[in-house]
Amino acid sequence: MNIAGYEIQALETRVAREVRAEIEDFHNEYCNTLDLGDLDDWPGFFTDDCLYLITARENVEAGRPLGLVWAEGKNMLRDRAYAIKNTMMYAPRYLQHFTSNVKVLNMGGGQIRARSNYLLLQTLVEGPTTIHQAGRYYDTFVKQGSRLLLKERRCVYDTTLIANDLALPV
Amino acid sequence: MYTSNVVIGLPGSSSKELKPVDLKWPEEGVSVVPDWVYTSQAIYDREVERIFHGRTWNYVALEAELPNPGDFVRSFVGPTPVVVSRDKAGQVHVFENRCAHRGVEFCRKARGNTKEFVCPYHQWTYDLNGDLIGVPFRRGVKGDTGSGMDKDFKLEEHGARRLKVQALHGVIFASFAADMEPVESYLSAEILKDFEVVFKGRKLQIFGQYRNELPCNWKLYHENLKDPYHGTLLHAFLITFGLAVAGSRSMMYADPSGRHGTLASAKPKDMSVVGAETRKEMRSFRDDLKLSDDRVVSYVREFDSEWSVTMQTIWPNLIVQRELNTLGIRHIVPNGPNSMIMIWTMFGYEGDSEEMRRIRFAQGNLMGPAGFLGIEDNEALKFLQEGVRRSPTERGILRLGSGNGTGTSVASESALRAMFAQYREVMGL
Repeated sequence: MNIAGYEIQALETRVAREVRAEIEDFHNEYCNTLDLGDLDDWPGFFTDDCLYLITARENVEAGRPLGLVWAEGKNMLRDRAYAIKNTMMYAPRYLQHFTSNVKVLNMGGGQIRARSNYLLLQTLVEGPTTIHQAGRYYDTFVKQGSRLLLKERRCVYDTTLIANDLALPV
Repeated sequence: MYTSNVVIGLPGSSSKELKPVDLKWPEEGVSVVPDWVYTSQAIYDREVERIFHGRTWNYVALEAELPNPGDFVRSFVGPTPVVVSRDKAGQVHVFENRCAHRGVEFCRKARGNTKEFVCPYHQWTYDLNGDLIGVPFRRGVKGDTGSGMDKDFKLEEHGARRLKVQALHGVIFASFAADMEPVESYLSAEILKDFEVVFKGRKLQIFGQYRNELPCNWKLYHENLKDPYHGTLLHAFLITFGLAVAGSRSMMYADPSGRHGTLASAKPKDMSVVGAETRKEMRSFRDDLKLSDDRVVSYVREFDSEWSVTMQTIWPNLIVQRELNTLGIRHIVPNGPNSMIMIWTMFGYEGDSEEMRRIRFAQGNLMGPAGFLGIEDNEALKFLQEGVRRSPTERGILRLGSGNGTGTSVASESALRAMFAQYREVMGL
């Protein structure tokens, strides 16, 4: 599965390790915010000109651009967060995000590209906890001060057949 | 796979669900719908036989998905797996994805390009039109007496079962019935008109696909799109941004047979066309809902049509979505009485500007399994299926508006009644 820009570059082990730790910290904050925090804080992890995309692996492999969610710019993320919180009708649910296998792919021009696995568990009120998605983040980070921000996050899921819907952000 | 049974309750957890039912439609006719049309295995089996395998045209693929000789896609007619392929001469074929030998579903890839299909189990080989062209050791193993196929075995008698095929404006339909009328007449004139707005004379560019399982009966998806009443009540987005709203211009067209429909609406210039009285009836109307980026709901006029939205329900397995500028096919794959799979193929047109592509992507956020509207539909249909499976009550009602057929108000269920009138006839209910 090749996505332009996410090629593997040889990195010095020490640098790769340090950056990986930074990204793991970022994932912790991001996932905690989605799982426990306020959705209003979710757009804050992105740059103003970000691209946020959720798509099936089969689309990426076929070189097709479709997004199940396609948000260009932080404003579209704000609108989605608002709609999820205030206007949309769906059964109550809890989500938990797990990330692992963070791999720093390349660095340069002020950007860090990385790939991580994610696992999304969903618990509906009356049901068991199910694996809602197994996927990968393809991330482009930029630094703002000492903080990482997402300039691009592509959530590419292996779980082709979605169980009914995907109501909350990945 | 969706764990709908675990979530909803195992089949039979409600005393009504597995109880044999007398399949007799209530005396009141189509203003009443008995729950067993959504839950009975006997009904589902009859639907597969009489509807999906009967005298209907079923959507299988878009020609744009298989532009070159040798291209193929895995698809479904009803719940039945089929292969759609393009042969060397450019002809499109549809045949059962089942090896004549032991029944193996031999085509495993969602799409690709090939010269032939080889069953992985015993390597029986089929060409691009489904004909059997090779059987290993057909003449036996040299020196082994009593090996190989019997002398009467003829390859040409054991090809994959072929379906009748017709492509119309790049949309491929297939049928198990050999004597189908042309797709144009099957659709009828009015349905064809809005179908052509999307497909005629324009080359499609496929953006991609997504798939989801809805834990509901397949008919409910048709019903949802023949039901303008819910659109103006359930969907805050539709209402607040005037995409489809009580008081604006809309139509729920039902073709003369009652099986197909077009749900159409025209986006008003602003919401002042909707009176205060009407607004009050719509609890989901939100004065406070403002978008930071309104590309999601901004319609760029590009079609020769008075409607900004047309949702076509084409019986039995196709929905054509033209929601503002976001275009797509929804392919219904029934999956037992309590489940269906939806395959979404989203597209634009060849020659779209980069800006137009982005508008289509942005509006794509409205629909689909993560769409502002799509989530609400999927949730509502799931709740409906749970209700008909679990409650001891046995019927629902469709009494809004009058008559069976086209409706011009959102507060009408006439198209739903028309659908059930033809359904009863085909199903012998």
